[in-house]
Amino acid sequence: MSDQPGTNKINKQADLLVVNHLKKYFPVKTGVLKRVSGHLLAVDDVSFSVKSGETLGLVGESGCGKTTIGRTILRLTEPTAGSVNFDGKEVFDLKGDALKALRRDMQIIFQDPYASLDPRLRIGNSVMEGLEIHKIGNKQDRYQMAVDMLKKVGLEDYHSRRYPHEFSGGQRQRIGIARALTLKPRFIVCDEPVSALDVSIQSQVLNILKDLQDEFGLTYLFIAHNLGVVEHISNRVAVMYLGKMVELADRDELFRSPLHPYTQALMSAIPIPNPKLKRERIILKGDVPSPLNPPTGCRFHPRCPIAVAECALKEPPFVEKKPGHSVACWLA
Amino acid sequence: MSVTPATQTRDTILEVKNLKTYFFTEDGVVKAVDGVDFSVKAGEVLGLVGESGCGKSVSSFSILRLVGVPGKIVEGEIFFEGQDILKLSKDEMVKMRGDRISMIFQQPQSSLNPVFRVGEQVAEVLELHKGIKKKEAWARAVELLTLVGIPDPKKKAYAYPHELSGGQAQRVIIAMALALSPKLLIADEPTTALDVTIQAQILDLINELREKTDTAVILITHDLGIIAETADRVAVMYAGEIVEFANVEPIFEKPLHPYTQGLIGSIPVLGNVVARLEVIPGLVPNLIDLPPGCRFEPRCLLRQKYGLEVCARREPELVEVTKNHKVRCWLYTDSDEHSAPLKVE
Repeated sequence: MSDQPGTNKINKQADLLVVNHLKKYFPVKTGVLKRVSGHLLAVDDVSFSVKSGETLGLVGESGCGKTTIGRTILRLTEPTAGSVNFDGKEVFDLKGDALKALRRDMQIIFQDPYASLDPRLRIGNSVMEGLEIHKIGNKQDRYQMAVDMLKKVGLEDYHSRRYPHEFSGGQRQRIGIARALTLKPRFIVCDEPVSALDVSIQSQVLNILKDLQDEFGLTYLFIAHNLGVVEHISNRVAVMYLGKMVELADRDELFRSPLHPYTQALMSAIPIPNPKLKRERIILKGDVPSPLNPPTGCRFHPRCPIAVAECALKEPPFVEKKPGHSVACWLA
Repeated sequence: MSVTPATQTRDTILEVKNLKTYFFTEDGVVKAVDGVDFSVKAGEVLGLVGESGCGKSVSSFSILRLVGVPGKIVEGEIFFEGQDILKLSKDEMVKMRGDRISMIFQQPQSSLNPVFRVGEQVAEVLELHKGIKKKEAWARAVELLTLVGIPDPKKKAYAYPHELSGGQAQRVIIAMALALSPKLLIADEPTTALDVTIQAQILDLINELREKTDTAVILITHDLGIIAETADRVAVMYAGEIVEFANVEPIFEKPLHPYTQGLIGSIPVLGNVVARLEVIPGLVPNLIDLPPGCRFEPRCLLRQKYGLEVCARREPELVEVTKNHKVRCWLYTDSDEHSAPLKVE
């Protein structure tokens, strides 16, 4: 069944990335004068760490802030508050060359393999672009490195002379992976890397991501809405709801005994491909509220099947209930 | 009116026979649907499952005759309650759509008109098809919005589509689709654009309404989990053809076609972690330039295992190998040049 190679080893390993009280508010401007009329609380006080060599899965529904976390860690958007420490360096304090050097170590794979490649660049050139920016090797070396990396993701060297439109979605996503890997990063944010792909192609890409992790000792922050995919690839899993982290635990612990009612509902909502399995489904009422004006107290309380009066008044802290299993719920 | 064919039993409401829908493009003829047969019984959910480009959506568009240029239904018959839809006049077809066959689409927001209140849009269906007066139609629209679980329906009927969430918009679409109590509802990826907790709500609603109204549903999806939990019978499509057709339980317990097996093995299933997912090697064939034999042959691992030569040369037929279980594969059917290695008893 579950044999994640080296799970125990990872548990003893040091934190590669530590996120502390991260906040990202987007100002909302209205009217002709573009006055700031409010803030969209995309990420609101989130703390977690990622251990060296592990995959941390980050799940939640649209608008929960999972993508914003990934982008803020890489400083693709600037944070509102909080800190991110990567291998001893304060990411938000870095500037200029130091920031550029950091970017070699931290890469991202995007969701949309169609939008993330320059349509006018041949694939080989696209993949070696990062090497050029960081002035690694001469032109010939760089091209060779790009071709080698393309081979690692299952493409041939003649593919390097082709343009993005000549590839299928799964192939483009593999090119995206090759592009992220040429700089030999240590940490990769995978932002919904397989959700645009058909299932038979999805498994090809997931297997490649696992193989590359073993080969290069990569650390992943794996962002996805598909719990099946996250369970398959992650060592630990964090669940987000409306800008808050509501639960974080080891993969098996989280999926066997979820503590937060939102995690429980989310799991019961996933259709399982087994027609004999008749489950009692927890159907949540209503829609996810707007992050512009989140509910008071616990943000999940208007949809929570077990909420009590207290939940609407006070926000539950994110605390460790069992070793390695944290949850933000008054009733857990 | 056409004559009811002898094969049609009383409770079959839709029968599709040898349907071929091709698209005539500059690059060549795209055989999007290439000889598809299936039937739908009253009150059942037929699942059509397959990956992008397998022809599942084009099949359903063909049933409503919504295939536009450069596409064309080149062959086949579609009997709905005994009438061949393909022989109806344009006006008769307009009457048929919405009245007896309805459809809901993947993107709820783009199926609604952005400049009309949602109540008006639901009422319009009733005014046009039933000749109900405006005021009465509005009241009925509010009833329908209540039925599909729109919160505060009286007020929400005055809302414009942009004021609704994705889940609410899909509920409005379902209200419109059910306004005339159709006999058949075609749901094309109805929850793909929605979050999982909202998806659960919508699937629950479709199930509930089916039980109440006895409407048959053709559910088109790429999600095998949704199929397992919702469908009664399943057709698996690949490259424009049905490759396997059976009741839902045998499809998941004893899938016969190597493609169905690969598809089921390649999904990470919640609560069942495997070290490595199965992979179907290669890519879906180009529908302009199809392989001469079985369309799955270039990706088929079982063909290699059993060393079948016939697969690359001749196309297998969709054959019933056990009761109510059809498969299109030479592993289970003899030809004059080979003996099938995997016969099902």
